[in-house]
Amino acid sequence: MANDMTVADALLSVEDLRTWFHTFSGTVKAVNGVSFSLKPGEIMGLVGESGGGKSVVGFSILGLIDPPGRIEGGRILFNGEDLVTAGEPRLRQIRGRDIAMVFQDPMTSLNPLRTVGEQMDEMLRLHTELDARARRERCIRMLEDVGISRAAERLASYPHQFSGGMRQRVVIAIAMLAEPKLVIADEPTTALDVTIQAQILKLMRHQIREHGASMVLVTHDLAVVSEMADHITVLYCGKVVERGPTDDVIRRPAHPYTRGLIDSIPNPEHRTARLSQIPGAVPDIRKLPKGCTFRERCPRAAAICAQSEPALTLAGERAFACHFPLQEGEIR
Amino acid sequence: MTAMLQVDDLRQEFRIGGSMLDRMRFTDGRLRFPDRRVQAVNGVSFAIERGEVLALVGESGCGKSTVAKTIARIYRPSGGSIRIDGEDISRHGVREMLPVRAKMQMIFQDPFASLNPRQRVRDIVAEPLLEQTKGRAARREVADKTLALLARVGLNTEHAGRYPHQFSGGQRQRIGIARALSVNPGLIIADEPVSALDVSIQAQILNLMMDLRDEFGLAYLFISHDLAVVHHIADRIGVMYLGFLVETAPRDRLFSAPRHPYTRALLSAAPSIEKTRPREEIELSGEVPSALDLPSGCCFRTRCPLAFERCKVERPTLRDTGGGQQVACHLVDEPERDIQ
Repeated sequence: MANDMTVADALLSVEDLRTWFHTFSGTVKAVNGVSFSLKPGEIMGLVGESGGGKSVVGFSILGLIDPPGRIEGGRILFNGEDLVTAGEPRLRQIRGRDIAMVFQDPMTSLNPLRTVGEQMDEMLRLHTELDARARRERCIRMLEDVGISRAAERLASYPHQFSGGMRQRVVIAIAMLAEPKLVIADEPTTALDVTIQAQILKLMRHQIREHGASMVLVTHDLAVVSEMADHITVLYCGKVVERGPTDDVIRRPAHPYTRGLIDSIPNPEHRTARLSQIPGAVPDIRKLPKGCTFRERCPRAAAICAQSEPALTLAGERAFACHFPLQEGEIR
Repeated sequence: MTAMLQVDDLRQEFRIGGSMLDRMRFTDGRLRFPDRRVQAVNGVSFAIERGEVLALVGESGCGKSTVAKTIARIYRPSGGSIRIDGEDISRHGVREMLPVRAKMQMIFQDPFASLNPRQRVRDIVAEPLLEQTKGRAARREVADKTLALLARVGLNTEHAGRYPHQFSGGQRQRIGIARALSVNPGLIIADEPVSALDVSIQAQILNLMMDLRDEFGLAYLFISHDLAVVHHIADRIGVMYLGFLVETAPRDRLFSAPRHPYTRALLSAAPSIEKTRPREEIELSGEVPSALDLPSGCCFRTRCPLAFERCKVERPTLRDTGGGQQVACHLVDEPERDIQ
């Protein structure tokens, strides 16, 4: 059991998930043993840089992995049901109704040929017993809830008639329509400007709390996570390197990678002449080094890091995978 | 001493409206082809001294990249002047621009699109230099300089023979920087140079750019939407909105005492891992209006929570408010209307 919480408490429990892609140039172990769990009403931030595997975790939960990708192992328990073995017909029932998704690009996640109203109605037609009139009323109310004025008129509009921020509001409205228990948001504000991002984050937080739903927030942006999430899981090369309550992890990171990520962000409160940087770049995931995958970039690496891969160590609510974790107050 | 770059009342408009058929209209019994104009930059003025870093910030569509591209003379300005080292280049043709390009180079946002995929790295880096000397530079000299530049930006000599696709995003941005440095420019225009990079790589590139500035006395015009990045790199910051410069100030002053309501909104909207900063001072509703149809009076009044009658009829101009700060807002005259 990789978690300090019992499965019964958790809405979502991902255990030792392995999602691999079998390509001509080798097997890409995009997600290679990821575990975390999420209680009802909780927002969890899944962070890391490109290639960390964070989006693939999100897609795996929804069963949206296509060949050459395959879930090779592990369990994804949602309300006690294993989604890995559930099968496509069952997943179709769950998607949209129990687990909804908000993608990064609101233009490609909406159908350009159908009106916003039709796309919202589809969700309710598939997942509720409401009649046409009740569905329309529900759609109007939902659009108003996400801050779109003249909602009844806007139902007849096509996605291209909305701006980027408005489109993301529509996507959020569609996601929340069937009152899902879990929302997976993959970089939901990355394509948006900062003042619009602030509006959308506020809206998402409000909607999640209002409906008592949970959220997995996939993002590269630690600042966004620190403002939104209760818990944070940091991924590096397909593995969890650190996990814990957000404030705790940000203030006292245990893993040198988390520390490095935090220090790389320019901080207007404490300006330094040089930014602290993580040397090198993420290794080729098809040719990962033996031992700890971060050791070639790590200021604390020693001989043992090349020989054995550190296991995820639990410490209260926190967990980290490092042979030489940072102690409180240690800088690097 | 003349400024490295002096921009006065720069204007840039683009005609849109598609083909003649799209634009065809019958009015007053005659066939006409009216076009619509996007006013991308509406009278922007600023100067950059030698060795200074000026950052332009703002949201998408505010005209910051258009300003950069117009100064680099990728576009011909619709109005105003651009002086590089005192020389007005706003009407220069391609041939007249060639010697100017030895003083001014550009780094682009997308390290994938800005390098020719069919050229080897050594040829990419050497190209501006060969262009400047019309190919007369001794081959040996150019080759040596290219290798030295690659080493300076943190690449190895064996990288010189490779093609761009063999590099990561951060390494490609290093190649772009080496190419810009090859002619020893005094000014580098950097359009969102770290926006496409992961945060750990972003820090590497920002550090490199700062080191190079100290070493070569470079001035940067740095375009970015990221306030944290801008705070780190800039000496002075200009905030743009809908093609207008609404506030400029030295870095610390802009962050500690922003005057324009838009600047204040931007600062309070930026997410941060530090929770010490007072938040939600000004929260914006709505979205940026279209540059096809600018609001009357102040460009920001449609989203400004503090707007009043005068903002509708009179367009505020940039005015000195002391300490090197300039603000285009009527609240400067009528501070009692401010919320503070």
